[in-house]
Amino acid sequence: MADSNDPDDTPADRGGRLGTAGFIPAVVRSGRDAMSTEVALTVFRQMVRTRALEERGIKMSKSGEAYFWIGGPGEEAVNVCLGLQVNKGAGPAYDYLHLHYRNAGILLGMGMPMLDHVRQLAMTATDRHSMGRNFVGHYAMPEWNVVPVTSVIEVQMVMAPGTALMQKRHGGEGISIAVSGDAGTAEGDFESCLLWSSRPGNELPVLTVVTNNGYGISVTHDSQHAVKHIARRADPYGIRHETIDGNDPVVVWNAVARAMRYVRTQRKPFVLEAMVSRLHGHSSSSGAQRNWQEADCLALFEQKLIDGGVIDADQVAALREEAKAEADDAAVTVAGEPRPTPLDVPLGTYAPSAVDAVYPKDYTGLPQRRR
Amino acid sequence: MALHYGEEHLGVTDVFGEDVGPPLGGVFTATQGLKTAWNSPLDERGILGTAMGIAYAGGKPVCEIQFCDYAFNSIDLMKVAGNQRWCSAGAFAMPIVVMTPNGAGIRGSIYHSHSFESWASRLAGWKVVMPSNPLDAYGLMLAAIQDPNPVLVLLPKALMRVKGDQPIPGEPADSDDLGRMIDAPIGDRTDWRPNWPAVEEYIVPIGKAARVREGHSATVLTWGRLVPLCAKAADELAREFGHTYDVIDLRSIFPYDWDLISRSIEKTGRLLIANEDTEVTNFGEHLLRRAIDEHFYDLLVKPRTLMGKHLPGIGMNQVYEDNSVPQYPDVKAAMRDITAEPA
Repeated sequence: MADSNDPDDTPADRGGRLGTAGFIPAVVRSGRDAMSTEVALTVFRQMVRTRALEERGIKMSKSGEAYFWIGGPGEEAVNVCLGLQVNKGAGPAYDYLHLHYRNAGILLGMGMPMLDHVRQLAMTATDRHSMGRNFVGHYAMPEWNVVPVTSVIEVQMVMAPGTALMQKRHGGEGISIAVSGDAGTAEGDFESCLLWSSRPGNELPVLTVVTNNGYGISVTHDSQHAVKHIARRADPYGIRHETIDGNDPVVVWNAVARAMRYVRTQRKPFVLEAMVSRLHGHSSSSGAQRNWQEADCLALFEQKLIDGGVIDADQVAALREEAKAEADDAAVTVAGEPRPTPLDVPLGTYAPSAVDAVYPKDYTGLPQRRR
Repeated sequence: MALHYGEEHLGVTDVFGEDVGPPLGGVFTATQGLKTAWNSPLDERGILGTAMGIAYAGGKPVCEIQFCDYAFNSIDLMKVAGNQRWCSAGAFAMPIVVMTPNGAGIRGSIYHSHSFESWASRLAGWKVVMPSNPLDAYGLMLAAIQDPNPVLVLLPKALMRVKGDQPIPGEPADSDDLGRMIDAPIGDRTDWRPNWPAVEEYIVPIGKAARVREGHSATVLTWGRLVPLCAKAADELAREFGHTYDVIDLRSIFPYDWDLISRSIEKTGRLLIANEDTEVTNFGEHLLRRAIDEHFYDLLVKPRTLMGKHLPGIGMNQVYEDNSVPQYPDVKAAMRDITAEPA
């Protein structure tokens, strides 16, 4: 397996690195955690790109270029740090990703072009994830084991033990990563995931990541959950867990690395809860206005890097411009791309089947008389 | 035996569910001795979700919901399983098989007597089959395993212990011999291993109905538990009144064999649709609508249905079951009526 923690192994399409003038420190620290400057700059750049993409998406949902926006501004630190450490590929030797709909940063961190996100947002026929069928952020990428994201809250949690079971049988260090929000953990599927991944003697390599933004649409976490930290719900199952500050990329990077190392090597589950912010509300349905009261992981990290002499304001501005231009270019590109046609509607319902007398290739409408 | 063939020859990696693995081997003992069978937590959503995950990662799972009555808490997951390919623009397949006992007839009371086919027929992206005899059960299960799409195999509870007229290819002629070979002994089974007969491949294509009786007086379209009842009634009514019936065993709920159904209606001009699911938004009503849409001028008398009553459940006392879902006298009377009405 490639060491995805090694910044030298980071491919260029994950963002490259910045050059800086003068002395720069070797590491960036937060408490006991440290991150190499090189990794810090890579994470920062991907966070900037993710934020630019989300902000462009919100604008598109308001301008009519898109119909609906949902995403994860405020969760960039967690998503990017996770995406950069995924061992990506197809099949059980690599990590499986069971995501929800606030994970653009994971996919950008893994190397997905912004254009692939914007095409889904704009509902084009060129949308590689769903051919314009699904909400934005509902990715599906078999070549990276990103199984289709659904809007049905928490169902991804009951699928993760299945991929993890196959990974454990296969051998190696592939893990199944299941990501959800805090409100979704009220569904029984969260407990199902804990139960199925911790069966005595049949423990499974499932890394459950809960991004706790404190809300389920309009309902506060504290009004519905007596358990202060969701991760503690892993205790009765004997599952290791950690709750971290999801607004500090240095903390997140190291916590993700520790959790992944444990799951990869011990072949047992782990629950990582990251306390994050929700900077633009639930979705475009609630206006997606910026909430300036909550901590912004990107602004905090920017200040930390400037204060630490890792980057300066001009370089930050250049990064922002670069990211904004990339998002703008994607929006312009999709504006001229084809939309689905009525003929596309049933395509891909069924896989070809040699044992189906009615639909040997694909769905073709209700069964008819043979000629 | 189909699952044994499946794990030996068709790549089945997992047969699992509640009580599916040893020592019990299924509450109907249908999974005893399988090398890939294992017991799961008592969690239908977990069963279905895990099957999906296994399929994503290249496995071929056959999972069981112990009774279809317990599948209702998983119906949204079934919807998701059915849409994974379409939602991903064809990028992901979902080759899972879910098997579950269906319908009434074993005095199962309120929570072991449901029918699920009408609910299942609304799960686009799925294929839904329901055999009415052991050979079809074998052939449809092999088809379900080979099909790369999600397939729901509904097994009529009342017929699961009924011996069929036609043997499975490779099945010993003497059922006692078969029992000695593959039925686990009572008591300690720790060291028991099955002695599987050399069964062979036999496929019933999905979407192919079977005409189990051929006639000209009326078309009787049915499936599951009512198939042998309709066939028996057809035989008796032929003797008693000289009426002959096309009795069609649908076998595949979806996709269904419209070719056979349509040609039969055209031939007889009379249609009875009989099944035991409840009557409000019954799958038979869809077939009735198509029959009227496409054969209105071919029909000699009004088409009709015989279905279960729209009740919250089937009660434990036999009087409830006898008066909730069609019984043999109801079937025979309905078949008699449709041929008795003047054109």
